[in-house]
Amino acid sequence: MSSAPSPRRASSDLGFRAGTGFFAALVVLLVAGIAFVLWQQSRLSIAKFGFNFWRTKTWDPVSGDFGALPFIWGTLYSSFLALLISTPIALGIAIFLSELSPRLLRTPLAFLTELLAAIPSIVYGLWGVFVLVPLVRKLEMLAPPWARRFPLFTGPPLGVGMLAAALVLAVMVIPFTSSVAREVLKAVPATQREAAYALGATRWEAIQVAMRYGRTGILGAIILGLGRAIGETMAVTMVIGNSPAITSSLFAPQYTMAAVIANEFTEAASDLYTSALIEIGLVLFAITLLINAASRFLIWSVSREVKVEAPQAVPLRASASEVS
Amino acid sequence: MINQTFRRKLVSGLVVGLCGAAVLLALVPLFFVFFYVLKQGFSSLNWDFFTKMPKPVGEPGGGMANAIVGTLILIGLASLGAIPVGLVSGVYLSEYPKSRLATAVRFTADVLNGIPSIVIGIFAYALVVLPVKHFSALAGGVALGFMMIPIITRTTEELLNLVPPTLREGALALGATRSRAAFTVMLPAALPGIITGILLSLARIAGETAPLLFTSFSNRFWSTTLSQPIASLTVQVYTYAISPYEDWHRQAWAGALVLVSLIFLFSVLARVVTQRLERMHRT
Repeated sequence: MSSAPSPRRASSDLGFRAGTGFFAALVVLLVAGIAFVLWQQSRLSIAKFGFNFWRTKTWDPVSGDFGALPFIWGTLYSSFLALLISTPIALGIAIFLSELSPRLLRTPLAFLTELLAAIPSIVYGLWGVFVLVPLVRKLEMLAPPWARRFPLFTGPPLGVGMLAAALVLAVMVIPFTSSVAREVLKAVPATQREAAYALGATRWEAIQVAMRYGRTGILGAIILGLGRAIGETMAVTMVIGNSPAITSSLFAPQYTMAAVIANEFTEAASDLYTSALIEIGLVLFAITLLINAASRFLIWSVSREVKVEAPQAVPLRASASEVS
Repeated sequence: MINQTFRRKLVSGLVVGLCGAAVLLALVPLFFVFFYVLKQGFSSLNWDFFTKMPKPVGEPGGGMANAIVGTLILIGLASLGAIPVGLVSGVYLSEYPKSRLATAVRFTADVLNGIPSIVIGIFAYALVVLPVKHFSALAGGVALGFMMIPIITRTTEELLNLVPPTLREGALALGATRSRAAFTVMLPAALPGIITGILLSLARIAGETAPLLFTSFSNRFWSTTLSQPIASLTVQVYTYAISPYEDWHRQAWAGALVLVSLIFLFSVLARVVTQRLERMHRT
């Protein structure tokens, strides 16, 4: 940089920057484009129903009356239940792999748990329909009559329904939460644990210190899992029963936002129907966008080194950095 | 005092045990899914599955030849669009890491990664299907391509950053322009890793169903025309899984096995390439 570059070179560098920058800007444009197109395509439904769309629960394509409340409920309820199951397990895995596991076991175990993310949604769905749902039905039939009086366990034991969906979702979310939480724990300075040990802490107490240090990042990991659960489509569609109902019963078939789009989009005969489905998509987009942004900021606040994406069965960073 | 220490150690041991149990617990569904896919898949897979077309509804036999070809075409289409965009924007991110655009791109790429695939499907539908009013292979390829872009962008950036900066400085010192340094020195040096990233993104989209439901739709006939609906393994498995026919269920398992094998193949290839990268750096 000491001598001034020749004008030709300077303009070539400028062209390079503009040219590559153009492609990079496409990525930003893509997200903006999705937002715009979804909004534009759902205008019909937004104009017709306004906010009532999200407050009412009639879903009647024949008479052209659409209310999305049951889908919102189904999405939130199933994601909440999935997180309830997956969070302790995922954090347990993250702690085990980053703090406790013998070195020899670490890589294979990390590989196996992240393999859960490599299985496509449709395969989880297939497995859900033919293996998990019959299993859940058996489980539901075991529920004694007195338990059935609780709102959580009412309804016939069908197998398909909220419980099956929550279980499949939990399995699918675990690798995402655990891999990010593991990276967060890895980013906690070793001095934190060493200080705790020096004060006479037990293993668990030292882990608590590390977790407290990385708590925002761990929260980010959990929220990232929430985003995955909310957007998950195929596996849920196949096991949740697809019946728009607002009930707290785990046994009852319900519906989610993603599932109703997957099921009814190609059958939507009227423009209003399509528009209503796209409005659900728009909200799904907005929610996941916010959740992902929030999780990213939380994780970034702990460390910018932590990668936030689909866990990879091939640990790129680890292998490459070990070498250098 | 001793009592309290004992209690603390007990609690600690208990939690350590629970964490180990969590790992085992997560491996149970993994084992179960693989067990069933392998067991049901292998017993259902036959030569017909790869070579025959689907039989008319309710008639046993037939295969998914068209869906296998369809999936490959869709993956090819997606790669054709996404790889150049992803690569070049990855180059931008690593060449100008501190620029405002780079921060925005990094952020949106990560966010794009978390957007439900079904939403991407709606977007591709509005972009490609609506104007011409019919489903097409092209629309499916576009949807899958959109999902690949952020993955390739981020892995390209990451792997370019692993290349020693002295290489770039050397090229620039020899009088190379920035673009020459980036495309003929840096990119080739990171190539094995970038191929790994591409393979991983392929593994990721090969199993996607939701964005294809209303873009490439499905097709029970042989079609390789890009402007026509095309069959794909994932959509076919979905249709067969929720159908009432025993034989279709069998084929759905076979399809799942082929799908998982395809993804596994991509991952293993990625692994092989990464190992070559490691060896390259070591020597």
